[in-house]
Amino acid sequence: MSRESRRAEDDAARTWTGAYKPYDILKEATIALGVVIALVVVLTILFSSPDDPPSTVQSWSHADPVDFVTTATTELDGSSTTGSYGPPYNHASSGQHIAFIHLAKWLGVSHPINTAQDFVLAPLRSLTNQPVLQRAVSSYEAAPVKSQTAWTSAYETALAKASATPSGSITVKAGDYGPLPTMMGSLLTFAQSGGLDGALLTSRRFYQTDYTKPLLFMADGGVLTSRAQQQHLLGEQWGLMNETGSYPGQVWLWLYTFWYQIKPFSTSANADILVMAVMGVMTLALLLIPFIPGLRDIPRRIPIYRLIWRDHYRTLPPPRGDDTPAQRPIPT
Amino acid sequence: MTATKKRSWTEAVRERAVGALPPEKLLPDSQPSYMSSWIYIFGVLSLGSLVVIIASGSILSLKGPQWWHFTGIGHFFNSIHLWSVELFFFFMAIHLWGKYWMAAWRGGRARVWMTGVVCFVVAIPCALTGYVSQQNFDAQWISTQAKDAMNAAGIGAFFNLTNFGQMYSVHVLLLPLAVVAIVVAHILLVRKHGIVPPIPLAGVGEGRSLAGAGDSPAGPAGHESGSGSGLPASGDGSMKTPGSGSGDDREPGPDPAGSPT
Repeated sequence: MSRESRRAEDDAARTWTGAYKPYDILKEATIALGVVIALVVVLTILFSSPDDPPSTVQSWSHADPVDFVTTATTELDGSSTTGSYGPPYNHASSGQHIAFIHLAKWLGVSHPINTAQDFVLAPLRSLTNQPVLQRAVSSYEAAPVKSQTAWTSAYETALAKASATPSGSITVKAGDYGPLPTMMGSLLTFAQSGGLDGALLTSRRFYQTDYTKPLLFMADGGVLTSRAQQQHLLGEQWGLMNETGSYPGQVWLWLYTFWYQIKPFSTSANADILVMAVMGVMTLALLLIPFIPGLRDIPRRIPIYRLIWRDHYRTLPPPRGDDTPAQRPIPT
Repeated sequence: MTATKKRSWTEAVRERAVGALPPEKLLPDSQPSYMSSWIYIFGVLSLGSLVVIIASGSILSLKGPQWWHFTGIGHFFNSIHLWSVELFFFFMAIHLWGKYWMAAWRGGRARVWMTGVVCFVVAIPCALTGYVSQQNFDAQWISTQAKDAMNAAGIGAFFNLTNFGQMYSVHVLLLPLAVVAIVVAHILLVRKHGIVPPIPLAGVGEGRSLAGAGDSPAGPAGHESGSGSGLPASGDGSMKTPGSGSGDDREPGPDPAGSPT
């Protein structure tokens, strides 16, 4: 389409000088609102809405004490997902990037989390009436990093074969774990009592609304993942666009979720920033369609518009000259 | 010496607003005869869904974020909220596709298209913040999964999906305000520019060949008459324009299937 003809069409489309018909815009809006209300009420009565209770650190430590203690040990040595995350939680890595663009790194650590201190040591330090535990924590903190690493590594290896007792404690093969058995035993008991849920929320204020720490702690373990797997919510199951039960969820995120299912995104360490970049470019393209040659011309080449305005085209006088099928409005 | 009266800011704004959107444009009692398709109802259905979303969300926020977990009536309104959101996106997606196939940005309507797209885009985090404010397992899972994309893009530095307090306030105030403001702008632009006329058919009608100009040899040649839009909506070629007569003598036009009126 030439620039001149496009300009001519654009000018012609500015103002409609043809016929009008009576129309009651408020009546239409009222009827539409009534239709929506009726639809919503019917859907509500038929399907309600999901509300699976949240997991807690307490329920997790009861249901799978081995996973809880294993996760806590990785928090202690910083090898957990959060411990090695990078910005905005810590400086353990530089975060995801595209080429030289390191947005996460540039914006820095805005929600500082030291997994060892915040998830393990500080909660244990709050149990001041347990002198044996406090000596164990002091012993761990005073030990050289090499010893700490040797203890946590050996303990994590042993935990892979550990088992839970009916009382909720865990049994680990004997070995040189330093003060870890004492520390982790106390942390497990603290978690099972519900105390750790509160301790992870504690700030200097009475009211709490930030659940970042307990959520990240649980996300580092298997408690959320195992529930999500049962509810078809894992990343390879189209992840967060779904919700529990057979509800549609955030179906509008289908394209965003789609990219995670295919290479190179599905195997990239920078998948999130790559997908965000792709979606950003696509969103920009959608926004700017009126100015993008090719994209703006597709509606003319695939004549769905003939269906939409078929009643209008039927009223037009026949074409001049040859009346080829391509020029006739499509029959209905 | 002549004293010229200086216009006040209020007068200037009023004159400009009324000039751009006179009452008969803002609340029209007639519509172009080509508006005759079911596709036209999805815009107003999106709007209806938004009204239900805001009404049900207001009830939920009046009672607080815990209420709906423990009472039947609270759960009912939560369900109303959920399904109105689902319908909102469903209607909006169809509306968006419909407008794409109409090339509805023609005739100086690019801003209409762009505000529609922005509305869709802003509604997505609005819904996401709602999902992570539910205080149930869905909220836990979605927030811990979606945080990675936010963090990777640097957004997580100031938009923390695992911070319930921040997400709740963003969900009930800031993003709904943004969506409503964009929707209002979108509607005002639609009223200002009017509904986009049909893509003209090549060689059909008197001096009104534009569409498919790149595809058809008849193409631009048909535009020779230069008669404005040149699109008669009536079979006899007569043109009835707004205000050209009473509603009774207007062109009857095709059955307004696209309108529930």
